[in-house]
Amino acid sequence: MRREVPLTIVFVCGAFMAFQYFVPHHVSATIYQYALNWTIIIGIFTLTVGIGSLINLHYDRISKRKERWQYSIVTLVALAYMTILGLLSPNALQDPKSLLMTMYFYVLSPVQATMFALLAFFIASAAYRAFRAKTLLATLLMLSAVIVMLGRVFIGDFLTGWLPEGMRFSDVARYILDYPNTAAKRAIYIGVGLGVGVTTLKIILGIERTWLGGGK
Amino acid sequence: MEQVSLGTMFWMTVAAFLTFCIFSFLYRDNPFYRFAEHLVVGISAGYWIAILYHTSLTDLWIDPLVASVTAFGTAEGSVAGKTGMLIVNITPGAIGVLMFSRFFKKTSWISRWPIAYYLGVSAGVALPLYLQGFVIRQVAANMMDPRSIFGMIFAGGGAADFFQGIGEIIIIIGSICGLAYFYFSAEHKGVFGGAAKLGIWILMIGFGATFGYTVMARISLLIGRLNYLIEWVRALNGFFGS
Repeated sequence: MRREVPLTIVFVCGAFMAFQYFVPHHVSATIYQYALNWTIIIGIFTLTVGIGSLINLHYDRISKRKERWQYSIVTLVALAYMTILGLLSPNALQDPKSLLMTMYFYVLSPVQATMFALLAFFIASAAYRAFRAKTLLATLLMLSAVIVMLGRVFIGDFLTGWLPEGMRFSDVARYILDYPNTAAKRAIYIGVGLGVGVTTLKIILGIERTWLGGGK
Repeated sequence: MEQVSLGTMFWMTVAAFLTFCIFSFLYRDNPFYRFAEHLVVGISAGYWIAILYHTSLTDLWIDPLVASVTAFGTAEGSVAGKTGMLIVNITPGAIGVLMFSRFFKKTSWISRWPIAYYLGVSAGVALPLYLQGFVIRQVAANMMDPRSIFGMIFAGGGAADFFQGIGEIIIIIGSICGLAYFYFSAEHKGVFGGAAKLGIWILMIGFGATFGYTVMARISLLIGRLNYLIEWVRALNGFFGS
């Protein structure tokens, strides 16, 4: 009961959804749409569980005065503030001047953009390690990355401006992106497609059961 | 620069302060960074709750559910049809509520049912879509007419056509050799080993290009943040200077 029912649900839902892809009928399309909507609704309940865990974790840190518990207050207050703000004003998302969207534009968006910008520094140190051209493969990686980087900025063509058109950094960078990069991506895509296909089949057929978790 | 209002100036300063807080991590982990980090976790979670509530939960579940309940008060449609719609609209919520059984140890196994539904539908949708989009389309794109490729190379249409033809050959051979590299059920030696070696060369060029592209994207984000700080200083100057 505890394992058989979920395995049966996975099989029935998975087999039906895979099969309906090949049935061009409006009934099939309607059921498909309902099934997808249901997954979104269930996904929102799953998010609620995630938010519950987040609150639990931070409440636990505050109540037990664990290390750096003060920051948990910041998280919980911010969460409560944004939730109340968002739920109480139904039109806030459409109004760019609402407090909810102001928080988005002046708090969430700048912090996220800065975090990604911060990666520029870490990526530079990673590049230093990756670009020590000790082997042929590292040399290929380095050359390709350097050409693409220089080819995308003014200095690339400034340095190779004396070469005929088609041989400059920007042209070579475009060629690398259009052809060898496409070849590599195509190989990876085919691998990913086959991998996803096999994994989903294993899940539908009940061979892959790790999602059931431990216990009975 | 156009003078900004007090409110805008306040929020611009908040954004600039948070930008500095995050950049302070370049020195080392510190209370300012941790404050900004914890703040954004809370803000982000709250923002997504609002988004999902208003755009998905209300539109897909609450409104249709309310409509199917109020439909019983109207004369339109049969009772059986209304009951059917009510069941259709109640079911996803009922399945979703089962997720809360996770909060109790004794009943936590029931939460496998909504997970099973979610996983089953997602797997069923993904299976044909991924095979179609990631395998069949990619393989089909690789099956080019050799006459058109050799036409480009040998027809004397100029350097651009020649390099395009060579590029198409690189794509065809490169992707096959790349796949050969990922195939571990046969030993990488002989002709197959040579193909796998060529494959890893192509993959490395591809990874290098992707890496270079990522670096450029991150740098442009960094420039964007620095531009914002300059804009903030100018606004500050305009605000207090006037």
